[in-house]
Amino acid sequence: MNTKRLMLGNEALAYGLLKNGCQMAYAYPGTPSSEILSAVVALKKEMDLDIHAQWAVNEKVAFETAYAGAQAGLRTAVAMKQVGLNVAADPLMSSVYLGVKGGFVVISADDPGPHSSQTEQDSRLMAVMAKLPVLDPDSPRQAAELAGIAFELSEAFEIPVMLRPTTRVCHSRQSMDVEKIEMTQREAAFEKNPGRWAATPKFRLQLHKELEVKLAKIADYEPTRPRLVSGTAKGGGQAIVLSGVAAANARDIIKERNLDIPVYQVVQPFPLHKEFIKEMDTYDEILVLEETWGVIEMQLADKNRVKGKNTGFISPTGELLPENVEERICAFVGVDYQAPQITMLPGRRPTLCAGCSHRASFYAIKKAAPKGIFTSDIGCYTLGCNLGAVDTVTCMGAGISQAAGFTIAYAKNEKQPPVFSTIGDSTFFHSGIPGLIETVTKKIPYVLVILDNRTTAMTGHQPTPASGRDASGDACIAVNIPDIVKGCGVNFIKTADPYDLPAFINILKEAKAYCQENGPAVVIAEHPCLLDMDRAELKASFKKVIVNRDICDGCGYCVSQFECPALSMDNETEQVCIDPGLCTGCAVCSFVCPKGALVLENQE
Amino acid sequence: MSNNQQIIISGLGGQGVLFITKLLAGAAMADNLPVLTSETHGMAQRGGNVISYLKIGDFSGPLIRPAKADALIALKAESFAHHSYFLKPGGLAVVNSPDPVEDDRYRVFYGDATALAEAAGNVRSENVAMLGFFLSAMKEDSHVFNPDSLARMIKETFQAKPAVATNVLSLLGSGMQLYKQR
Repeated sequence: MNTKRLMLGNEALAYGLLKNGCQMAYAYPGTPSSEILSAVVALKKEMDLDIHAQWAVNEKVAFETAYAGAQAGLRTAVAMKQVGLNVAADPLMSSVYLGVKGGFVVISADDPGPHSSQTEQDSRLMAVMAKLPVLDPDSPRQAAELAGIAFELSEAFEIPVMLRPTTRVCHSRQSMDVEKIEMTQREAAFEKNPGRWAATPKFRLQLHKELEVKLAKIADYEPTRPRLVSGTAKGGGQAIVLSGVAAANARDIIKERNLDIPVYQVVQPFPLHKEFIKEMDTYDEILVLEETWGVIEMQLADKNRVKGKNTGFISPTGELLPENVEERICAFVGVDYQAPQITMLPGRRPTLCAGCSHRASFYAIKKAAPKGIFTSDIGCYTLGCNLGAVDTVTCMGAGISQAAGFTIAYAKNEKQPPVFSTIGDSTFFHSGIPGLIETVTKKIPYVLVILDNRTTAMTGHQPTPASGRDASGDACIAVNIPDIVKGCGVNFIKTADPYDLPAFINILKEAKAYCQENGPAVVIAEHPCLLDMDRAELKASFKKVIVNRDICDGCGYCVSQFECPALSMDNETEQVCIDPGLCTGCAVCSFVCPKGALVLENQE
Repeated sequence: MSNNQQIIISGLGGQGVLFITKLLAGAAMADNLPVLTSETHGMAQRGGNVISYLKIGDFSGPLIRPAKADALIALKAESFAHHSYFLKPGGLAVVNSPDPVEDDRYRVFYGDATALAEAAGNVRSENVAMLGFFLSAMKEDSHVFNPDSLARMIKETFQAKPAVATNVLSLLGSGMQLYKQR
């Protein structure tokens, strides 16, 4: 079975892992990494492979689970996005000291740009801090190749290896050859060695010394040596050093412009190969193109000869788009560059889908607490900021702890604003629970609204622990959110469907009154994500809303305050109109119009 | 690099930009051409402007530079306004719009794919109608995309739903006709 396929970078990564004997894979979804585990599961089914692949409740748990497999001698992998690695930073730092037996690949997908992230942080710097080797693929094909090299490197030195793709690798598709995967199964064989696996601080110093020796050897490791990808190595004059997707972009431009200059691609940005550093000493001027920070550049360390991120020659922020790469290469080698005329228009901002129940929840929160402070975090519901119902977005789970923080900060003020915190179901499991426990014990007055749409919607509908299905779609034990909330010590717990807007607003008001005296009140807004519902289900629940032309005075309240994509102002009639292609028939807007101009068709 | 093609597909989140990119990529692969595409996921997929890059031939980088694209498929008139700067001078643009779209820097053709899809009873297939429109327009330029390979791709995609495949194929045909009758 040899076929050509158009593979997403994340699929290519999954293929590379499985092709090289990965037996356990764990992940928590996060754009741009989310499709890696889904692809592992899809390939497992397609090729009937005996491997274990699951979503974990968060990145720390995913990391620790996969790591134990590697301690027991299997080849394993864990996948997450760059901010997910922050969550898993604790086990990451420690696992590098302790090392592995089987190959362990830590995939952290970075998001220069940033297209779907809170930060542009460079995971390679985390690798520098943790002192583990990191590989930097430039394309789906190279991602698959480096997955294999990562396992070999990991086993050769008994060290976890980071693989760091970026958005343009994860979410590019490339035609590539796919072969049938033949698994060679290993049996878990954990060798007890408390001196190593449970080392006390005294021994950690020794482990750190050993790690330094390993790193020095890895800086000489043949398979990850920088590659001369264009021109001839000659020393003197100029050279270009590339990594990641910047390497792919630059290669096209160098070829197109016929530039005669030695070009090196670094696939292992840390530790940078010692021989390569020496070779670079022979050049007078070096341009380093890498995303996002100057990790290679700082190891070359000569500011007088090396131009890049750290010297200000390359912008420290944003993606290295091919046009930026072209412009900078031209500036470096001294050839003319004509910048094309670009007129950038603002464009439509992302918004909650038409009919999304989060919109109803946010609208209700604003109604229940017009002068409230609204803490939230990461998910589709971040888009509640468009509706003025999300004031803070820091990181997963932070909304709950910040609710406590705002309450405490305002304690000495004459008036205390009500604090409402929103969190998605998946994020609640990920990192919301410890914060909730904290606020219960301190009796913090705030309302937590858990937006339970039964899925991890933003990243592509991965199951949550409440879903009752696992990564393969098979049934598994479902964890009940109200039970957890109760177990955390909360006494006010109400579940309701935000589509019934007036009732939902009342429950929020009740919760607000309750929390003042008793500490946290929790309301669970329960409605499935519409993208998970089949068409028949949607059709059955469709309620047609029409605009009563006699009443609508074109005030635009519904458009600006409810911001449903299906509602817009008609310039000709100067009244609101409903786009039948977008409307899902949720009918929540019928509660929103203050004049009663949006009415159910059969009740006009 | 004579056979190389760089194509921008632009629309709004949920309009099926990635779907038609995949169909075009699959058709090129059926002709044994190397393919590289790049797309947006996550937050941008929620109703915002979505762009996808399709590169066929000898390329390493997944993105297309401004003023380098051979063609642009705009699934909304506003998509053309947003992303026409990717086109090279004289590049081909097809725009889903009932009203004329003009720009003398490029060769622009417009057609109301939404109305076609609505008439066929599925407004969500406007992307496929637009793809058909594009195929006809491209035919005068080159022979990179083989309509038969595209039809095969559509049949494969909707293997489990032959009725859907028939509808999609029929809309693809209507889109091609729309260009010819313009």
